[in-house]
Amino acid sequence: MAGEIYKKPISFALLATVTVLVGSIVTMAYPMLRPDFHPRLEGLRPFTALQLAGRDVYQREGCMGCHTQTVRPLRSEVVRYGDYSKAGEFYYDRPFLWGSKRTGPDLAREGGKRPDGWHLKHYADPQSVTPRSNMPRYAFLAEARLDPEEVASHMRALRLPHGPEEIAALAARTEMDALVAYTQWLGHAVQRRQPAAGAVDLAAANPLGDSPHAIARGNRVFLDNCTACHGDEGHGVPDVAPNLLDDVFLGTKGDVPDGAYFALISGGSDAKAAIGRKGLESGGMQAYGGQIPNDDIWAVISWIRAQQAHERKEPPAMEKAEHPPGATPGRTP
Amino acid sequence: MGEYRYDHRTVQGFILSAIFWGVVGILVGLLISIQMWAPAANLAPWLAFGRLRPVHTNGLAFGLGVGAIFGLSYWVVMRLARRPLVFPRLARVQLWLFNLGIAAAAVSLLAGKTQSLEYAELEWPLDVAIVVLWVMFAVNVFATIVKRREEQMYVSLWYVIATVIAVAVLYLVNNASIPAGWWKSYHAYAGVNSANVEWWYGHNAVGFVFTTPILAFFYYFLPKATGLPIFSHRLSIVSFWSLVFAYLWTGAHHLIYTPLPDWLQTLAIIFTIFLIAPSWGSVVNGYYTVGADWSKMRSQYLTKFFVLGITFYGLQTVQGPTQALRTVSQLIHYTDWVPGHVHMGTMGWVTMIVTASMYYVVPRIWGTEIYSERIANLHFWLVLVGQLLFSITMWITGIQQGALWKVTNADGSLKYSFMDGLVKNYPYWHTRTLAGIIFAAGMLLFVYNVLKTIQKGKALEASQRPAPAPAAA
Repeated sequence: MAGEIYKKPISFALLATVTVLVGSIVTMAYPMLRPDFHPRLEGLRPFTALQLAGRDVYQREGCMGCHTQTVRPLRSEVVRYGDYSKAGEFYYDRPFLWGSKRTGPDLAREGGKRPDGWHLKHYADPQSVTPRSNMPRYAFLAEARLDPEEVASHMRALRLPHGPEEIAALAARTEMDALVAYTQWLGHAVQRRQPAAGAVDLAAANPLGDSPHAIARGNRVFLDNCTACHGDEGHGVPDVAPNLLDDVFLGTKGDVPDGAYFALISGGSDAKAAIGRKGLESGGMQAYGGQIPNDDIWAVISWIRAQQAHERKEPPAMEKAEHPPGATPGRTP
Repeated sequence: MGEYRYDHRTVQGFILSAIFWGVVGILVGLLISIQMWAPAANLAPWLAFGRLRPVHTNGLAFGLGVGAIFGLSYWVVMRLARRPLVFPRLARVQLWLFNLGIAAAAVSLLAGKTQSLEYAELEWPLDVAIVVLWVMFAVNVFATIVKRREEQMYVSLWYVIATVIAVAVLYLVNNASIPAGWWKSYHAYAGVNSANVEWWYGHNAVGFVFTTPILAFFYYFLPKATGLPIFSHRLSIVSFWSLVFAYLWTGAHHLIYTPLPDWLQTLAIIFTIFLIAPSWGSVVNGYYTVGADWSKMRSQYLTKFFVLGITFYGLQTVQGPTQALRTVSQLIHYTDWVPGHVHMGTMGWVTMIVTASMYYVVPRIWGTEIYSERIANLHFWLVLVGQLLFSITMWITGIQQGALWKVTNADGSLKYSFMDGLVKNYPYWHTRTLAGIIFAAGMLLFVYNVLKTIQKGKALEASQRPAPAPAAA
């Protein structure tokens, strides 16, 4: 009897259909009825027109081919990127852009980590920021103006709230602006890691002091992690990151103690409030606590202090004559 | 033959189209493999990695894969039904529409028109065209099977029928979208549901494009080429039903450690482990079939394609479930290990079986022999070496990447920056390009051999005129 089915194509096809539908219904259709598959995180903001336009660019250029947008609940991952991804963060994501390959880093927590200026520079020419990166250049986005009508039609299709002024303002913006706006949107609904209460100890002294060993180590760590924004020697990059060697710190004249430097490097921009200085408006210094050992952070501070002392003795103008540009050894990675 | 004629020219048309898109897909693959280590090779916005990667995957999955599925399925269906296609003209139209569709797909992807769903990138106008194509295919397959002249349906027909049904269901559900213009749409599902539907689709695209039709060809062409009957009919029945049942439960293993609820991840893992059994049912069936006479490995040049093909299928279907385990997933997921895994399946299993089946079919269309068995043997060794070098290289660097991402210092901070990990891939990415060149060289020999065989057949036909041509349209 069982063998009969192989002589009846219609019955066979029906049985095959039922067979493939069982798993599909349980694992694909049924979950859609469950509210825990479509939660909304409190504090999650829908895309603005500019952000959606940026997301469209992200889709068009196939960014998800190399970047994921989901932080796994693994210790090393949470330390590297930030809090693990929550279902409720993706309420507005059509489609999801979690990706499947991390040729480049995960971007789920990229928003607010770095200033707009960094992204503008990096998207236009990634190798100018991270020399051995394999990311393509996207300078052409800065030439492409947005089409407000098109973006508006996308906002309508997704039923996202938008106003006429918001749409009109898009005419003055480029695809690059949009992509940066979208990048800064990522992960906004999840609190970034704040320096734990009491962790900001402005009176903390640098345990490494000014030993030559610490300064050399600090220089190495600085070249590996900080030059992309602060320049090879710590002079800063306009609109990206401040000069660390002059007598102005985060927009206010007057230096701060070692403990403040430690709090900022460790906690990133979120520590600015604790120090009482504002800095760049779009400013985002990423938190290095956990990214690199605490001793490396102190070593960087030793190096910064040595540089500052050096700067006071020899103003930059004199130094330029001594070391022609390009003489600084490049960073390794 | 004699009293009826098969639609050979349509079959050949699909085979040649598949080969053409296969070559395009492989060359694009070589270019993007270079872009992995040479960013300057991103020559223009439309020739950058992000836009070319879907051209590579779609070109090979839909151009080579589905083209071969159309052509070879028609061959198999006609033979097993002992009759020509019921709608030969429809199949002809399907052939033209197929090529137009793939060409339009390639152009639209280069232009950045994408739904950003892996293996379902094509925007909705092309989705509509693909549904039309699939309906044409289904109509011909079902009509021909219903009006067959052989009572019993052989196992290959089961796999073809399952393919037609499952792909239709998967494609329709996952491509449901909210149109926002002619070339832009947004997924009908949001967030976690979007992810869940996409990988239910994505994994089963692998199951019903790269597995069931290829098994249909394996079960048909292996006995045909070797003259050895399939070892166990009962085993093929058990394997078939358990495979098509279990496959649909496993999509969420692509989403391990994502915000997808744990129970669904775990359910997918369980069914994925279970899938080893039906997969190995076919592996065992294949081995024991050839095991009746291992000397066929020497005496019939196609045997080794089938044996190595089913071997890589066997390895693939153990490696896949292993990757689904949480402990393994957390190390290798998102790394280059995964392309290594995928390419063992596509280069080792799918291409081996598809090229061997084409080697079997093309000379028979023309009533002749293959142009050169020596070239076919060289093709075999080149694709084998290329594939192994590709996969093994990617597995090594994948484990390295995964490990570097996890290493911490004594105080719990990370030991390696992301760039530290990335730059260590470069030597392996160079090797991967080399592996791709070796594989591509093998495939070009295959193309040469097929074209030469057709040329030989045409010459033979011309010399035999005015004998009736074997074509029917």
